[in-house]
Amino acid sequence: MSGGHTHQLYVEHETLVHRLPPQCKLIAVLTFVIAVVSTPRSAVWPYAVYAGALAAVAVLARIPAPLILRRMVVEVPFVVFALLLPVISRGPRVDVLGVSMSESGLAAAGILLAKGTLGVVASILLAATTRPRDLLLGLQHLRMPQLLVQIMTFMFRYVEVVLAEMGRMRVARESRGFRARNLGQLRVLAHSAGALFIRCFERGERVHLAMLSRGYSGRLPTLDGAQARSTDWAVAACLPAAAVLASAAAWFAVGR
Amino acid sequence: MSSPPSLVVEGLAFAYPDGHQALYGVDLTVGRGERVAVLGPNGAGKTTLVLHLNGILTGGRGRVEVAGLPVAKTNLAEIRRRVGIVFQDPDDQLFMPTVREDVAFGPANLGLRGPELADRIEEALALVGMAGYADRPPHHLSYGQRRRVAVATVLAMRPEILVLDEPSSNLDPASRRELADILLALPVTILMVTHDLPYALQLCPRAVILDDGVIVRDAPTYDLLCDDATMAAHRLELPFGFDPRTVARPTG
Repeated sequence: MSGGHTHQLYVEHETLVHRLPPQCKLIAVLTFVIAVVSTPRSAVWPYAVYAGALAAVAVLARIPAPLILRRMVVEVPFVVFALLLPVISRGPRVDVLGVSMSESGLAAAGILLAKGTLGVVASILLAATTRPRDLLLGLQHLRMPQLLVQIMTFMFRYVEVVLAEMGRMRVARESRGFRARNLGQLRVLAHSAGALFIRCFERGERVHLAMLSRGYSGRLPTLDGAQARSTDWAVAACLPAAAVLASAAAWFAVGR
Repeated sequence: MSSPPSLVVEGLAFAYPDGHQALYGVDLTVGRGERVAVLGPNGAGKTTLVLHLNGILTGGRGRVEVAGLPVAKTNLAEIRRRVGIVFQDPDDQLFMPTVREDVAFGPANLGLRGPELADRIEEALALVGMAGYADRPPHHLSYGQRRRVAVATVLAMRPEILVLDEPSSNLDPASRRELADILLALPVTILMVTHDLPYALQLCPRAVILDDGVIVRDAPTYDLLCDDATMAAHRLELPFGFDPRTVARPTG
């Protein structure tokens, strides 16, 4: 739990990127990712353009590179999978550092890694420059169904409450000498998970009661949903525009 | 009296769908501006009574009126504005991402918007001494602060009667006193369900004992706490070392 005003992923700054309305940033990141993913297989140079565009955003938003690198850890399981590709793929083989690898697998792994990494970095930048609360407001502006927005709102509000509850249960278990050493003790953990589920369910009922008591009728009232101006959209469009142009140019080059 | 009492409960009986009868005919009248404590052992029906006051539970016998308006399906919205319930766990009550939105939830459901809504939020937070915290997420507040914000969330609806379920539970002594100061300064009728007898004595001139689904005693809190036989009969015990007779008898 962070002690300050904000959420862990958010990096407090007053920059152009931070100030953009969340809905613009959401659409920009989505478009950017789609453009990256649809890059033709043979093209390599567009990735430099994508990376450059993201770097420019990071500099504008004053998000330091080490911070981005640290958060890229979430990508690790994906990287492991990508690294397996050249080993298990078929086709002509090449020797890399003495290990025989599939040529097509190597290329596929490289492209997969590049696309994945760009998507992850784009999301990291979005999370670092937008408060979770604002992301929800943005989704609401984009006509995301009310029910889904409400579910995410509650998830955001209660994730720390549930984590704290889980922590207390762990302390209670360990205070009575429990340590998860082998699979045989999975039963205890399963019971804990079940108990946690029931507690959450009961809390859900109590919250619903509290909501009804204050006149809840199916809609969460929203506040200060800032309308995006056309200049905001234009500024936000810079990132995906660069990516779309690069991707389209690559397709054009392939087509000839 | 010119204005009707804040709360009238008459012959209220209720059994849960599983057959468990929780209330056997509760009669209780609370005048405007009164502060009344509801005492009683666990399982006496206190929570069941509270949930009847704003129509969450209905369908039993008897009737409930809030400032002259009967609790009925057709006027639930207005009843829920008039009856502000502060639940025991502030994490249940504060479900929105920021304090401001949470305090806004009730009045916004009543249809308030814009500057009028902003005024309500400011007013309610000022009443509980939390004016500077509007943009904080609730989970970054201390437990005592969350309890105070929970009170603000219902004050923002300008209720006729404030119903508090165990307001002093889990509070450290300083937060407990701060909350007492705030509650004493509020210009509303208060019904307070509690096990904290010294707190009841400090805040509420009048107390009722609910046991086995009926109101068994209704008297000045001071007299009740000094009546050892009644206290023992209903499993009510004062904390060690606390003797109400050594406390100055409350006036008024």
